[in-house]
Amino acid sequence: MIIGLDMGGTHTDVVLLDQNGLVRQKKVLTDAKDLFATVLKGLDTIMDGLDADIISRAVLSTTLTTNAIVQNRIKPVGMIVTGGPGLDPELFRTNSYYHIVSGSIDHRGREIQSVNEDEIKQIADSLKREGISHVGIVGKFSTRNPSHELKIAGMLQGMFDKLFMGHHSSGNLNFPRRIATTYLNAAVYPIHKEFFNAVKKSLESKGLKIPIHILKADGGTMSFASSIDFPGQTILSGPAASVMGAALAAPEKGDVLVFDIGGTTTDIGVLIDGVPVLEPLGIEIGPYKTLIRSLKTYSIGVGGDSYVRFSNNVLTIGPERMGPALAYGGPEVTPTDALFVLEKIEGGDRDRAIQGIGAIAKERGVSVEDAAREIIEKTCDLILAEAGKMIVQINSKPVYTVYDVLEGYRLNPDRILVLGGPAAYFSKHLGLVSDFNVTAVPQWGVANAIGAAIARTTSEVTLFADTEQGVITSSEGNFSGTCNKSYSKENAISDACDLLKKKSILAGASADDFEMEVIEELEFNMVRGFYTSGKNIRVKVQVKPGIISGYEKIGKKISPDIQ
Amino acid sequence: MLKAKYKTGLVFFPAFDWAIDPTHPEREERLLYTQDQVFEEGLFDIDGITEYKPELVTREDVERVHFCVPDVDRVMTESHFISAGGAKTIGKAVLKKRVKRGFALVRPPGHHAMRVVHGGRGFCNVNIEAIMIEYLRKEYGVKRVAVVDTDCHHGDGTQDIYWHDPDTLFISIHQDGRTLYPGSGFTDELGGANAIGTTLNIPLPPNTSDEGYLYTIEKVVLPILEEFKPDLIVNSAGQDNHFSDPITNMNFSAQGYAELTSLLKPDIAVLEGGYSIEGALPYVNMGIILALAGMDYSKVVEPSFNRESYRQSPDVMRYIQKVGKIVLENWHKREKLKKKFRGKNEFHERIRNIMYDTDGIYEKQKEKIRVCDDCAGVLKIDSSSDRGYHILGVHIPLHACRLCSSIGKMWYEEAKDGHFNWAFLQDRPSDTYHTTKINK
Repeated sequence: MIIGLDMGGTHTDVVLLDQNGLVRQKKVLTDAKDLFATVLKGLDTIMDGLDADIISRAVLSTTLTTNAIVQNRIKPVGMIVTGGPGLDPELFRTNSYYHIVSGSIDHRGREIQSVNEDEIKQIADSLKREGISHVGIVGKFSTRNPSHELKIAGMLQGMFDKLFMGHHSSGNLNFPRRIATTYLNAAVYPIHKEFFNAVKKSLESKGLKIPIHILKADGGTMSFASSIDFPGQTILSGPAASVMGAALAAPEKGDVLVFDIGGTTTDIGVLIDGVPVLEPLGIEIGPYKTLIRSLKTYSIGVGGDSYVRFSNNVLTIGPERMGPALAYGGPEVTPTDALFVLEKIEGGDRDRAIQGIGAIAKERGVSVEDAAREIIEKTCDLILAEAGKMIVQINSKPVYTVYDVLEGYRLNPDRILVLGGPAAYFSKHLGLVSDFNVTAVPQWGVANAIGAAIARTTSEVTLFADTEQGVITSSEGNFSGTCNKSYSKENAISDACDLLKKKSILAGASADDFEMEVIEELEFNMVRGFYTSGKNIRVKVQVKPGIISGYEKIGKKISPDIQ
Repeated sequence: MLKAKYKTGLVFFPAFDWAIDPTHPEREERLLYTQDQVFEEGLFDIDGITEYKPELVTREDVERVHFCVPDVDRVMTESHFISAGGAKTIGKAVLKKRVKRGFALVRPPGHHAMRVVHGGRGFCNVNIEAIMIEYLRKEYGVKRVAVVDTDCHHGDGTQDIYWHDPDTLFISIHQDGRTLYPGSGFTDELGGANAIGTTLNIPLPPNTSDEGYLYTIEKVVLPILEEFKPDLIVNSAGQDNHFSDPITNMNFSAQGYAELTSLLKPDIAVLEGGYSIEGALPYVNMGIILALAGMDYSKVVEPSFNRESYRQSPDVMRYIQKVGKIVLENWHKREKLKKKFRGKNEFHERIRNIMYDTDGIYEKQKEKIRVCDDCAGVLKIDSSSDRGYHILGVHIPLHACRLCSSIGKMWYEEAKDGHFNWAFLQDRPSDTYHTTKINK
C-alpha cells in the first residue's frame, strides 16, 4: 500500500491506496506554525492501527519550502558568481553576500579567463567571518564546462556546511535562472534539512521503516535522501499533486485541461495523452525565475472565495479574497455564497448568503437566484477565458526548426477535468457554458493527495558533446568525459540514458518505472574553413511524469463519489 | 526585476534543419552559438523583451515584391517562407504598437534578392525586408520608409527593388565593391529617373573600424534620415563587418554594432549576413538586442577583442570622410541630378547582366520605366535566363497615376502575344498579382 500526503494552506489531505483503489482518506488541519507536526500527524492519522510493513512508500507534498520563500524566512547564504561577456552579473544579485569573481567560460565551454585563487580565498574567509554556512557557486556557461564551479567548490570544501553548484541543478542554458535556482537551493536547505531530520527521527522512534519520497514541482518524486541535495525542487509541488491526481482520470489519448478550483485561485494544468505538459525552463516564484523543472500551470485569481461586488453596472469577481464565504462567517459575497443560494451546498449560514447576494440582486433588478446564477456563470467564464489564453500561449511558443514550425504539435483540448473544493458544482456549470466535455475528478476532494501517492520518480539529463574539442559534459548527470571524432548522436543518447538511469536510481526510482524518453537530439556539423572539424551534439533525455507501475488503472477503480 | 527601457520584440529563427549545403556558410550551425549566448543571458526573461513565433508569409506577400520565375514555390524553400515570415511578424508587432522596436533574428537572409528572382544569389532567394515593408504598406498604410543596410556586402537586391521608389530611402554602407562581392554599390548609384537620391551608397575601405563606421552613421546617415523624415526605419543588420568575419575585411566590433544601433534607433532590425558564427554573432547580436531595448551593453565584449589592434589608420579615416562628403553632396543636389538624368525622355531603359552565384544562373535584363512626375512610374522588366525562361514583369507602383496604371495593363496584355513564356503583373494599387503562362 502507498500513502500520499498533500499539504494545503488550511488543511492537509492524506490518503492510503492499494492497487484496487482508495483504502483510507483523512484530513488534518495544517498548523502553519508547525508544518513538521502537521506532516507527522497526517502520517500517524492515516496509519492508525496499521502495520507499517505493508506500506511500500509514502510521498509527501509540502508547502514548507514554498512558504519559506514567499514569507522570506530564509537564512542568509553566500553566493560566488563568475561572469563573462554579456549582461553584468550584478544585475542578478540575490542578496548581500553575492560576490562576482574573475573567471569566464565561453559558449563552447572554453576558458576565457581563469579563476583567481587568492580572490576566492579572501571571499571564503569573509563569508566565514560573517557566519555564512551555505554557499552557492554559479558560473556563466557552467553547463558547458563546470570546471570553474568545481574548482571554487574544491577550495571551499570543508569550510562550509553545504555547497551548491549551479551546473548540478539543470542542464539548461540560462545564467540568471541558474543563479536564482542555486540561491534558492542553498537558502531553503536549512529548513528542509531540519524537516528531514524531524521526520526521520520521528519514524525511527516509532520503529517505522517507510521509504519516504518528496513530490517535486514537475509532478515526479525523489527520495527523501536525495532531496537534501536539491531542496529547491520541492517548491510549488501543490499544483503538481493536483495535475497528477487528474492524470489518473484522464483518457489515454487527447488533450485535457485540468482546473483545480481553490479558495483564492484556480490552477490550470494541461495533459496530452495523459501526460502533464512541462514548463520549458522552470518555475517562477515571487521575484525568482528558476530552472527548477515544473509542470506548466497557470494560477488565476478566481476561486470559491473570490470577492464578488457589483458597481457601476459591472459584476466583478476576484482577484482579491477578503475572507471565507458569507455563509461561513466571512465579510463579503463570494461564488461559494451563490452555491448556497442555489442550494448546491449545505452546512453554512444560507441566510447570510441570501442577504449578501440579495443586495446585488436588488441593484441589478433581478431575483436573488438569478443573481446567484449570474455570479456562477461569470466565474466560469473568467476561468474559461484564462484557459483559452493559456492555450494560445502554449501554441505560440517559439520553435527553432523548419519542421517544428510546419509540423509542430498544436494543443486543442476538448475535455476539462475539475478538482478542488467546489469541483462538482462548478464542473456542471462549466459544461453548460462551454463546448468542453467537463467532469469532476473522482474523489475530487483528495485527488491531489492521490496524485502525490501515485507519482513516479522523474529525472532529466542533458548531455553536450563537442567532438572538435573531444569533450562530453552532462551537468545534471554530474559527468565530464572525453570523446573521439567518431562520437555520434547515437552514442550521446546511449550515454545520456545510462546517466539518466543512474540518476533515477539515486533519486529512488524503481526499475519498473524507467520509461526513458529523448526530448531533444540535435547534431551539428562544425565547419571551419570549408571542412568539417567536428560535431556539436546536444541531447536531452527524461523520465517523464507518470503513474507508478501497478497503479495505472486505479483511476477507474476509485469510486466516483460525485459525478 | 530586470526591465527593458524600450519594449522590444524578437523573432529568433535559427532554422536548425536548413542549409544551402552542408559546408556552406549559410548552414544549420550559423546561429547555434548565438542561440546559446542569448539563452544563457536569459534575454527572454527580461521584462519588456518578448519573443514571437514566426509566421509564414503567403505567396501573395512574395508576389507583391518579386517576379518569381516561374513561380513562388520554385524559388523558395519552407525556410524562406519562415524567415520572411519572421520579419513580417516583427513588423506587425511594431506597427500594432505591441513593442516599440523589433529584431528579426532569422535565416536565410534576403538583401541580395532583386525584384526578378530566378534563383539564389549571395545566399538570398527572396528579399525578406522588402516583403515585410510592402506588407506593412498594404496593411497599415505606412508611407515613407528608410532602409539602412549595414551588412558588409552591398545590398544590391534591396537597391534594385527600391531603385524607382521615391518613398523608400535606401542607404547601404558596405565594404568597397572593388574589394568584395557583389562588386557594386558605388556613390554614383543613386536610383532611377523618378527616384534619384533615394538610393545612396556609402562604400567604405577595407579595415574600417568602429571609429570610421560610427562617423559615417553620425555625420552622413543621421542627417539624411532627419531630412527624409521616414515613418519607419528598417536596419538590414548584417554582422559581417566584424573583425573576425572570415569572408570580409573590416574591423567593426560588438560594441561598435551596439553603438550603431543606439544611434540609428531602427524601428525594425532584420538579420542579414555575418559568418563569424562563434567569434562575432553571439556578441554582436547581444549588443544589438540590448541597444534596441535601451539596456546597458558595455560588458558585451568579444573575448578576442583588442581595441588597439583594430584601430584604423588616419588614411582610412580621411578616405571615409571623403566618401561621406560625396554622398551628402549627391543627396543635397538630388533634384538637380534628377532633372539632368531624365533629359527629355519619356522612358528610361537599363540593360543588365545579373549573376546568381549561389545557384549558378545567368540573367539578362532590360528594364523600362516611364518618367513620371505624378507617381513612381510604371516599370517593365524583360528578363531571360540561361535556364530557358524569358519573362516580362510589369510593376504598377502603389500610388500609380492613371496613365501609368493603364500603360502597365497594356504592357501586360501585349506580353501575352510576344516572345515571352511567362508574363507577370504586379498591380499594387489593387493589391492583385497576375501570372500568365504563354504557350507557343
